[in-house]
Amino acid sequence: MSATTPEIVTRDGTVLQAKKPKGRTAGSIVIALGMAFILVYCLAPFYWMIVSALRRPSEGRSTELIPSPISVENFVAVFDPSNHFARALLNSLVVAGGTTLLVLVLGVFGAYALARLDFRGKVLVMFLIVATSMFPVVTLVVPLLKLFSGGFEWFPVNWINTYQAMILPTISFALPLAVWNLNAFFRQLPVELEQAAMVDGTTRFGAFLRVILPLAAPGVFTTAIITFIAAWNEFLIALTMVNAPLMQTANVAISKFTGISQFDTPYGTKMAAGVIVTVPLIIMVLVFQRRIIGGLAAGSVK
Amino acid sequence: MAYLLLLPTLVLLALVVGFPLVLSAWQSLMQSGKGIDPATGLIIKGDTFVGLQNYLDAFTGAGAGAGFWNAFWNTTLFTVIGVSIETVLGVAMALIMARAMRATGLVRASILVPWAIPTVVSALMWQLIFDANGIANRLIGYQVLWTTEGWQAKAAVLIADIWKTAPYIGLLTLAGLQTIDTQVYEAAKVDGANRWQTFWRITLPLVRPVLVVAVLFRLLDAMRMFDLPYVLLGRLRSGQTLSMLATDAASKTDFGAASAYSMVLFAYICLVAFLFVKLLGADVIGEGNRPAKSRRAARRQRATSEGSLP
Amino acid sequence: MSARAARPSPSRRTVLAAGGITSAAAALAACSSDGGDGGSDGGGGAAAADFEERGPITLAKGKDTTGKLAEFLDTWNTEHPDEKVTLIELPESADEQRQQMLNNAQAKSDAYTVLGLDVVWTAEFAANQWVVELPKDGFPLDELIPSTVVTGTYFDKLYAVPFTTNAQLLFSRTDLLEKAGLDGPPETFEEMYAAIETLQKEDSELLGFGSQYSKYEGLTVQTASLVASAGGELFDDKGVPHADSAEAITGIQTVRDGFDKGFIPQEALTYKEEESRQAYQDGRLAFLQNWPYVWALGQAEDGSSKVNGKMVASLVPGIDGPGSSTLGGLNLGISAFAKNKGTAVDFIAFMVDAVQQKDWGLATSQAPANAGVYEDQEMLDAFPFFPQLKEAIDKGTSRPAVVNYGDVTQAVQEAAYSCFSGEKDAEPAMTELQTQLGDLAQG
Repeated sequence: MSATTPEIVTRDGTVLQAKKPKGRTAGSIVIALGMAFILVYCLAPFYWMIVSALRRPSEGRSTELIPSPISVENFVAVFDPSNHFARALLNSLVVAGGTTLLVLVLGVFGAYALARLDFRGKVLVMFLIVATSMFPVVTLVVPLLKLFSGGFEWFPVNWINTYQAMILPTISFALPLAVWNLNAFFRQLPVELEQAAMVDGTTRFGAFLRVILPLAAPGVFTTAIITFIAAWNEFLIALTMVNAPLMQTANVAISKFTGISQFDTPYGTKMAAGVIVTVPLIIMVLVFQRRIIGGLAAGSVK
Repeated sequence: MAYLLLLPTLVLLALVVGFPLVLSAWQSLMQSGKGIDPATGLIIKGDTFVGLQNYLDAFTGAGAGAGFWNAFWNTTLFTVIGVSIETVLGVAMALIMARAMRATGLVRASILVPWAIPTVVSALMWQLIFDANGIANRLIGYQVLWTTEGWQAKAAVLIADIWKTAPYIGLLTLAGLQTIDTQVYEAAKVDGANRWQTFWRITLPLVRPVLVVAVLFRLLDAMRMFDLPYVLLGRLRSGQTLSMLATDAASKTDFGAASAYSMVLFAYICLVAFLFVKLLGADVIGEGNRPAKSRRAARRQRATSEGSLP
Repeated sequence: MSARAARPSPSRRTVLAAGGITSAAAALAACSSDGGDGGSDGGGGAAAADFEERGPITLAKGKDTTGKLAEFLDTWNTEHPDEKVTLIELPESADEQRQQMLNNAQAKSDAYTVLGLDVVWTAEFAANQWVVELPKDGFPLDELIPSTVVTGTYFDKLYAVPFTTNAQLLFSRTDLLEKAGLDGPPETFEEMYAAIETLQKEDSELLGFGSQYSKYEGLTVQTASLVASAGGELFDDKGVPHADSAEAITGIQTVRDGFDKGFIPQEALTYKEEESRQAYQDGRLAFLQNWPYVWALGQAEDGSSKVNGKMVASLVPGIDGPGSSTLGGLNLGISAFAKNKGTAVDFIAFMVDAVQQKDWGLATSQAPANAGVYEDQEMLDAFPFFPQLKEAIDKGTSRPAVVNYGDVTQAVQEAAYSCFSGEKDAEPAMTELQTQLGDLAQG
């Protein structure tokens, strides 16, 4: 939104000045307060997580607002060799990254078909796709375990402790939202844009790639981020398919953290691990959020 | 051509979800043997076909199905209240962020924090916060026993869930808001629309497709809620959802009952999703192409950019 | 939208049909190949397990942070280069560990050989034939504490060998005992309540007695202990429940009285092991009933404990005298679907040998199952409460050894929680429990 009063050029050429909105300062204050509220809302519990991680290991339950003494023992303990945590982070990255890429490819193709092409059974297909998100994940686990450990003759593979055993199911969980979401974004953009491009001689799909996709960039990148985070946070499948310490993802590694005894819930180390696992995601978003706004600047129907 | 584009998606979903689903449906019609051989102490194995007995047990609350209606009620409560509040909060956040000029990067990154923290960790974090001697009680000044039976347990789950997912809706809505051409707003201002009218008649209809998808998938997720109440409340009846009930039955190797609960949950979710899309989101699926069946739908059509802009 | 008419492509039907046929075929194939999940026959009687096979095996157990387990495995692996043991670490929580083992059993996978089984899983795993019957002569059973061997037995057959055991103790504070005028820790609830009353007159903020009363497995531990301490039992050795006996009701009522009179704080309904330990360690709780792991943490000198140097351990309080604690611990069993069971037997025997047991006890402060270790001077020096612990284990009581333990423990938890939280009185709660247990016992 421009800071100066906008000029509107109407169809017959007259230039109008839009009225300067009243109560501008009051509006800004409301917006500022709103932003502050959002910041506090999102970050307060996270602050508590950071603070809990910075305590001494045996003081996990303390409610002091600022820990004293501040101790990084928990962070050090996270990277204890027996946890293989650095390797686990890498595995999470591979699984989440692989999932996101494949979901985007499959999702863009599928959403394009749904948004732009006319075919019978479209509603049925969309229903089938979303129906797979209606089934509780916990009931899928045992059949999938059996499937991927070669328990059925028609699928003779043993993919336990491999990346694909984690990536394939995770793709299936993320695909429905991606397809529906991208579909919604593509539909928001008028067909005339592609038609205009096609007039210039590009193919339908080329028009889609060069005109629609950049405009839908906010949607595409948002879908990418949501998918990446969902895949990054996936736990049950990763836990079931992998039992080798070097192949497990960060979430699984965190679930295996022990405290000093078998009853000790190691709040400190788990909170520290939570911080370590969340920070890359935030950095990634900070990097990519320019692209989200960037798509807007590409201009439109002009 | 379209089918080719959709084929990999459909095949993958059929393999990973469709196949276990069919298996589960079949399993729900069986009961595993439970009788113990008095000589050896071993369970006499074998599944017997019992038809719809598992479902009957669930609905009448007999035997293994004792916790069914409680779980059903909890699931419904968490979904309805949770998703409503999340949506309102999320849209509010998106609107604020769309209008703000500065610090959008920081706020946009922080809006992802609740969603980005893995559930295995955030559930634990809320457990710490809701500890009987934890920070929540300290701030309130009263010792609420969050993790005991009662309404406070439900409130704890709702708070934790809404915290995590309102930003998710906010982010999706924000992306939707930013796809709207600013010229639409300018035109509205020229026509003299105030902020509330702009929101209700222009913004909301234009962002509706995206919002509907976000809320729909949130509904699906909320109805399948498992991780949060499981870690936070464990065995408490106050927090048990249908997903937890199914998992519980499965962990006691009562697979027939577990599958039956899953199928009922599946049917319930289908029903809710169907009603939701029917009432609010028809144009998302593509029925918006056809001439509007009612004046309201016609107005909607005109408002979206699929029609023609004046 | 383009006005192009939909081309009636054969490919659409092909796609949808393909999808449909795949799913249906898969389902049929799956169903026919094993007659439905979870239903296949375990294959032969338990005695037919092959103990001749030798080779590499795996150990599936929760993580060990002391590094001692890795040492043991190294020792074994050096001596048996062709029969190496690999450790597979399971998640931290017992429920999740069990779920992983269950999943593997359902998938009939040979990924796990030796299983680290909680003491209450023996009956279930045995009856479902997820573990095999073990040859009694393969292990030094006479060296192990008898009550622990019982936890690994089902229908008079050995299915799991005890590796570590555990019993709860009462932890009091020397300074508070002095204030209350006692010259030793209280032996009965009555004594303890009287002491708490005296103490609370001086300090009204002091929470009296705490144990694990949240609705989880720890509550079953408490209930079994209370019933046994009162002279009753939840199940007799024929599997008949006696939850509504006068003794059982007395046991439950004792704790209910504590809640009613304020000797047990309301927040104890949220206590698991860690919460109760924290309350005690922070000096807010006067008496704590918990597992012995709290000793080392409570005696820490780095300022994290306000009770260090003031702790004293004794047997848990009972009704007419010292009570009976519920047994905990870990047993080792062999998965029915694993290979190389012969090696597994020898490996388990290695783990329960006195040398390893003492080593393990010193490193982890977990109570060994091997009786001889308790006389060792080094152990006694390291853990001054070991004599009490040994006594508690000898007198310990097991939780119900039933096949459908999951259902039984949930019923017990419901009954106990409803009584302690004030929702129901002891007698109706236990009578209802008796009915439920009766239904469950019949399968």
